[in-house]
Amino acid sequence: MATESTADAAHGAADIGACVNDAGSAIGMPQLCVDWMPNQIFWLVVTLVVIYFVLSRIALPRIGGVLAERKGTITNDLAAAEELKAKAVEAEKAYQDALARARTEAAKIVAEARAEIQKDLDAATARADAEIAAKAAESEKRIGEIRAGALDAVTEVAKDTAKELVAALGGKADARSVTAAVTARLKG
Amino acid sequence: MFHPMDQFIVKPLFGHGPIEFYTPTNVTLWMALAVLATVALFVLGTRGRAIVPSRVQSVAELAYGFIYKMVEDITGHDGVKYFPKIFTLFVFIIFTNYLGLLPMSFTPTSHIAVTAVLGFGVFFAVTILGFVKHGAHFLGLFWMSDAPLILRPIIAIIEVISYFVRPVSHSIRLAGNIMAGHAVIKVFAGFAAIAAISPVSVAAIVAIYGLEVLVAFIQAYVFTILTCVYLKDALHPGH
Repeated sequence: MATESTADAAHGAADIGACVNDAGSAIGMPQLCVDWMPNQIFWLVVTLVVIYFVLSRIALPRIGGVLAERKGTITNDLAAAEELKAKAVEAEKAYQDALARARTEAAKIVAEARAEIQKDLDAATARADAEIAAKAAESEKRIGEIRAGALDAVTEVAKDTAKELVAALGGKADARSVTAAVTARLKG
Repeated sequence: MFHPMDQFIVKPLFGHGPIEFYTPTNVTLWMALAVLATVALFVLGTRGRAIVPSRVQSVAELAYGFIYKMVEDITGHDGVKYFPKIFTLFVFIIFTNYLGLLPMSFTPTSHIAVTAVLGFGVFFAVTILGFVKHGAHFLGLFWMSDAPLILRPIIAIIEVISYFVRPVSHSIRLAGNIMAGHAVIKVFAGFAAIAAISPVSVAAIVAIYGLEVLVAFIQAYVFTILTCVYLKDALHPGH
């Protein structure tokens, strides 16, 4: 039994090479085992070639494309945003212009309306003044007439009253002399 | 009792046969898993091609953007066409590092044979590229035209030595870091079997593991950024 396992181990060791002892442990540094190096180098080269082809044929162009596409998208979006911003500024300017124009228009309309109203008002005032003046003149005339009428009436009444008074006092009133006296008195 | 270095043994996946260069081994398995992880993240994760990315897609985009920016910043605009190769190195190292942190796993990047191929591969590629692009002018990399004339030959010798040490340090840095971390975890795991100190050793394993999670990323990052720096020297040898 013991000899068998020893023989097995020896057999295995002989197969693996000179870098491993009978128990399957490393002798010295496995890194320095020249027997294993061709195997490592061969598989390394195979691996590097495979990785290189996978990366350079498939992965790197794809990732580079995605990154470029993303950059393009971002640039385009930024440009679009810039454009929209410019448009918004332009629209605001147009709005402000329109507002200013509307404001001047409104001011003009207000001024016009005011002038019109003033004109109407002036005309109406003039008309009213004229009417008032006419009415005032007419009134003046009538007042003059009334005043003249009143003076005549007063003279008449004074003459009559004087005649009546003279008669009542028993005098014999001479109509003409009474009238002359009253007239003189009134002038007096 | 296990040996702390046993985790680095290369084993055949099937049977006990000798390890030929084509034998499917645990190296094959864990590199294949790295390939699967790459496919899962960068192919399946991005199949939506969404403008607003899913979570997996945004991770893939993050990795892409991270390395792309690194290559562009260091090597300049003419280095960008080597981006897929550099990204391949980064992806391979980071996935093998992180998959190697799974318990019972195997870490190909802990082997100097693997990292030396990567490091010397970068070295030869970059050197050949430098001579192809600039011819003899590439040697200007070693000739400091702004240093005093007497010092220039001495500096040139130092520069040449440092240039040839690059691939060695480049590969040993990665393998050494990964191997050391994994070995230390196993050493503490060995102490965990002794009841009196097992709480301390388990706490130490947790702490070292946290450090290794960091190291797995940092080493992939360092390897990639140094590759970019060497590439920059090849593309622009003038100082």
